[in-house]
Amino acid sequence: MTARPINEDDLQALVDDRLDPARGAEFEAYLACNPDARARVERLRILGRDLRSAFAPVLAEPVPARLNLAHILEARRRPRRPAWQATAAAMLLTLGGLGGWALHGALAPVPAGVDALAQEAGASFAVYAPDRSRPVELAAGDRDEIARWFSARLARPVEVPDLSAAGYRLMGGRLVATPHGPAGLLMYDDSRGTRLVMLMRSMAEPGDAPMREHRSGSATGYAWAKDGLGYSLVGPADLAGLHPLANEIRRTTATNT
Amino acid sequence: MSDMIRLVEPLIPALRRYARALLRDPADADDLVQDCLVRAVSRWHQRRSDGDTRTWLTAILHNLAVSQMRRRARRGAHMSVEDAPEASLAVAPSQDGALRHRDLMAALDALPDEQRSVLLLVTVEGLSYAEAAQVLAIPTGTVMSRLSRARDRMIRLMDGEGVTVPAKRPLLRRVK
Repeated sequence: MTARPINEDDLQALVDDRLDPARGAEFEAYLACNPDARARVERLRILGRDLRSAFAPVLAEPVPARLNLAHILEARRRPRRPAWQATAAAMLLTLGGLGGWALHGALAPVPAGVDALAQEAGASFAVYAPDRSRPVELAAGDRDEIARWFSARLARPVEVPDLSAAGYRLMGGRLVATPHGPAGLLMYDDSRGTRLVMLMRSMAEPGDAPMREHRSGSATGYAWAKDGLGYSLVGPADLAGLHPLANEIRRTTATNT
Repeated sequence: MSDMIRLVEPLIPALRRYARALLRDPADADDLVQDCLVRAVSRWHQRRSDGDTRTWLTAILHNLAVSQMRRRARRGAHMSVEDAPEASLAVAPSQDGALRHRDLMAALDALPDEQRSVLLLVTVEGLSYAEAAQVLAIPTGTVMSRLSRARDRMIRLMDGEGVTVPAKRPLLRRVK
């Protein structure tokens, strides 16, 4: 049997110890009578060893925390936006849809009047009610301060309804920006931690507007207007007693105003 | 995803080693590996189920490294290896091995990018010629010819032309 000619690929494979044994034996015979080739193979093997040992310490290093695969997977599983934003977006879409439905047939499907207010209240509920660290800006201890603040910003006397008879404690309030100007937000909760949001702002139209119910997957709201001041009470969708509570607030503010 | 952790996690040290050998700067190299892992997580379902995980991951890492090298080359980040502080080289060599290590790194830096990749994948990472071909998306024959050229060039640079190795490529370092 005639030996196949020695080629460069075989030589590289020999350096890498990847030559099949039969071919390796042929090669040994070749190298025995070709000292130059033999020296080259030896030199290339040393080069490989040097390269491997130069970078070997990297393998022994502890893997940095940011390359922890579990962390990377967890970061990916977490939604890109905080959950409340997604909820608020869903709320806006739903309420926008409901507002649009309420006005269907109108040329402009943009909600107006108490429908717009209900939409704003729904978005505020979705944003602030789930907030565990800072749901309100001004705590309930400053009840009068809240009333003064809202009255100043809404440029009309605004009251802070007392819902304690229904078991809801005032948590506090904050100012909310709406396309129709500033709105005052009040938040209440009961002993089980159920939160309600009440949004109040001046309406474009003076006078009253009848109460309307607005529902979405996660929240229910009742919106109305009295003497040009709009109210919207929003709570969890499954909450019983929200409608009577809204009626009670409307009745109380009506007698007080 | 638990099979992903099982298959990928053991490969991370080797990915770090290849990234370090290519970029040299430890922080830059780990940035690259992090990008690679993020990408791998998002594309896990796209990989061929019969394919080799290491080849797949190394290809992702390699492609990220290539685009980073191109960006740096465009930016003109340039430093000869003689200017590089010792700390930025792969390891802190012992006094005895310091010169040899320095020559080795200088020679490696002087290789064309495509030769360096082949040499590292085969010699340091221990990939088969077929795997290296898959990572680099080139024919196996091209792997063999680049490997041969890379090795001879390294030897010439280290032994033949002494220690004065011209830096033929912009050294890939972070611009401080």
